[in-house]
Amino acid sequence: MSDSQVIVHGAEKAGHHEHPSYQRHHFETTAQQFDATNFAMWIFLLTEIMFFGGLFMAYLIFRNWYYPAFVEGSHQLSMFWGTMNTTVLIVSSFTMAMGVWCAEKKLKNGLVWSLILTFLLGLGFLGIKSIEWTEKVEKHHVPGFHYSIQAFTNPASDPEVYKEYHDNPLPPDMAAHTQVYFFLYFAMTGMHALHMVIGVGILAVMIFLARAGAYTNGHFTFVENFGLYWHFVDIIWIFLYPLLYLISRHT
Amino acid sequence: MNYLSKEKGLLSWLLTGDHKRIAILYLISITFFFFIGGALAGLIRLELLTPQPDLMAADTYNKVFSMHGIIMVFLFLVPSVPATIGNFCLPMMVGAKDLALPKINLLSWYLYVAAGVLMLYTMIAGGVDTGWTFTTPLSTHYLNSHVISAGMAAFIAGFSSIFTGLNFIVTTHKMRAPGMTWFRLPLFVWSHYAASILMILGTPVLAISLVLIMLERVAGIGVFDPAKGGDPLLFQHLFWFYSHPAVYIMILPGMGVISEVVSTFARKRVFGYTAVAFSSVAIAVFAFFVWEHHMFIMGVSNYSTLVFSLLTMLVAVPSAIKIFNWTFTLYQGSITFETPMLYAFGFMGLFTIGGLTGVFLGTTGADIHLTETYFIVAHFHFVMVGGMLMAFLSGIHFWWPKMTGRMYPEKISQLAALITFLGFNLTFFPQFILGMMGMPRRYAAYPPEFQTLNVFSTAGATVLGVGYLLPILYLTWSLKYGEIAGGNPWQATGLEWQTQSPPLTENFPEIPIMDHEAYDYEWLERQREKEVPSVG
Repeated sequence: MSDSQVIVHGAEKAGHHEHPSYQRHHFETTAQQFDATNFAMWIFLLTEIMFFGGLFMAYLIFRNWYYPAFVEGSHQLSMFWGTMNTTVLIVSSFTMAMGVWCAEKKLKNGLVWSLILTFLLGLGFLGIKSIEWTEKVEKHHVPGFHYSIQAFTNPASDPEVYKEYHDNPLPPDMAAHTQVYFFLYFAMTGMHALHMVIGVGILAVMIFLARAGAYTNGHFTFVENFGLYWHFVDIIWIFLYPLLYLISRHT
Repeated sequence: MNYLSKEKGLLSWLLTGDHKRIAILYLISITFFFFIGGALAGLIRLELLTPQPDLMAADTYNKVFSMHGIIMVFLFLVPSVPATIGNFCLPMMVGAKDLALPKINLLSWYLYVAAGVLMLYTMIAGGVDTGWTFTTPLSTHYLNSHVISAGMAAFIAGFSSIFTGLNFIVTTHKMRAPGMTWFRLPLFVWSHYAASILMILGTPVLAISLVLIMLERVAGIGVFDPAKGGDPLLFQHLFWFYSHPAVYIMILPGMGVISEVVSTFARKRVFGYTAVAFSSVAIAVFAFFVWEHHMFIMGVSNYSTLVFSLLTMLVAVPSAIKIFNWTFTLYQGSITFETPMLYAFGFMGLFTIGGLTGVFLGTTGADIHLTETYFIVAHFHFVMVGGMLMAFLSGIHFWWPKMTGRMYPEKISQLAALITFLGFNLTFFPQFILGMMGMPRRYAAYPPEFQTLNVFSTAGATVLGVGYLLPILYLTWSLKYGEIAGGNPWQATGLEWQTQSPPLTENFPEIPIMDHEAYDYEWLERQREKEVPSVG
């Protein structure tokens, strides 16, 4: 990394004053500009990994402590919507990757449509998430707000879940710890959703700029970096989905 | 024409992308918060003048020392050297026109200001009394003070420092001038690079733990509250996973300053350049594996205690490497005693004491006796105030001619350095003894037999206060009346000295080519010889 940089600098010295308009004043070459901003995005994602890492750590500890509560808590989540959302998100990552490819190849229409599709799929994910959250509110499974442990002390009172899993009643203290599960559920999916909202917001702006041709003039750094962000948010979900929905579901 | 005079008006400052102007903005704002934190420290020492809690009630005292800690850590120590001197010098030292991401740099300052405003709001609204550590379940369950706004302020300040660190890493990797290889970088850049790694990997963990505290307070769920099935130790692990590396975020940039200053005023290449460079990286790596030494009395397993105790002693090795190498740099050097060098000497002595007492505290047996006493308070003040603040003042004096184009007045600033050193020792050395005798920290009252040493300490704080006020006065004075500095008043070798003072907006008339090693004073001599005929 170190030595190649020096060469890039030196090589550009001859053509010093012919810069494309998108090159910022403090960079020597557009290649350096792309390299630097791209590298910055990777470093930022490293920060994001550590940010979510704290939540994963908490999940790990409490899952070990309150295993039965975590199993029965996960039975309250909808496999159907969870799987749907995973699919939606993976497809959106594909459309985003297509968008980056189109920007690189200067295909304006392709880029605009890829971004629109990604935008819609992102909204779709948030829509499905809100369906799931609404259900939790209705069942009084939002920690701190009229939380009810009835579904865990007396699983038969929740026939829809009971007929599928035949859960044993939990003792009241363990049932109370399902609050910790749902707290982590809301904290983790909430943090993830926050990143999605930010992503969808940026996408909306990008669609307009892409239509104006801002990314198909050879300067696609922003699309590339946003793509990295979008895939990162996708990967976080790829870890959340098994942890919250899948593991130990049938024990 | 220079970066200060190029554009006029407030807006040209508030919307600037120039790293040097952002450094000045940072310098003004952190000085402001330093004096607020310092005033709170003054109140603490005044209260402790007498054994009874007579100046303020115990709960007010709790708020005062908490706000002192939070403001000093998050709004002064963490950004102090990197956001001001680092921001100003790092791009010039690597031979770049600016940091890689100027807008992110400006954003970082605005986040800092937002955090500062929120912190002031917290203070005016009634303060927070958790201690700077936000210890749970105290902070989540038992207190009704403004934990959420203080936590939010620390959260935002955290992102401000993440963006600074991010910028430094990218700049060091991607913006170096031709010929500027990694081992030609000034050691200042190496130490900032190491500190930046800690900023980007540690700070987000603090951020998420603060988010969980805020959520826990709002929803009343026990993630950290044992009464509700939570785990207070989990908070301690998450908090110290950031906050131990954070002390290296605070000290590493200071060590970078000392490397530059010692080399310049001993007129010698830093002894063992490679060892000093790698010791910065080693500190950054070790820093992530010692956090549990803050938790020895919290019921963690004895075996992990053993491991963390050993690792804590190991982290002293790279710090010692630096101290020894600076000492060897002095050996047979042509030493002069300008103010930055005096502060650097202060740093080396006080940091050594602070660091060695850290090893005492890392020893499990001693730790159980000494933790939560004034021994701890003295230890981290020796490192943070005796170390970092000395380094900060050293650096400010050293680069003042570069930043402003004017020299500070030498005699009075030497006096200020001396006053600071004496005042510091008088304030904090008695606290080691108090701690050994068992005086606990964080109480407004203490048994009467501790009074004599506390009076010494308070008297010292007064002297220290004078030592800090003096630079403000004469540095402000020098803006107008100081001697014109010229490009390289210290005859130093760094690239930042090879351009005019104050520098141009884009730092150099053209991008420099680094054709010599760092700290090559013979190269500097040759440059001067070359210049003489052209002048004549």
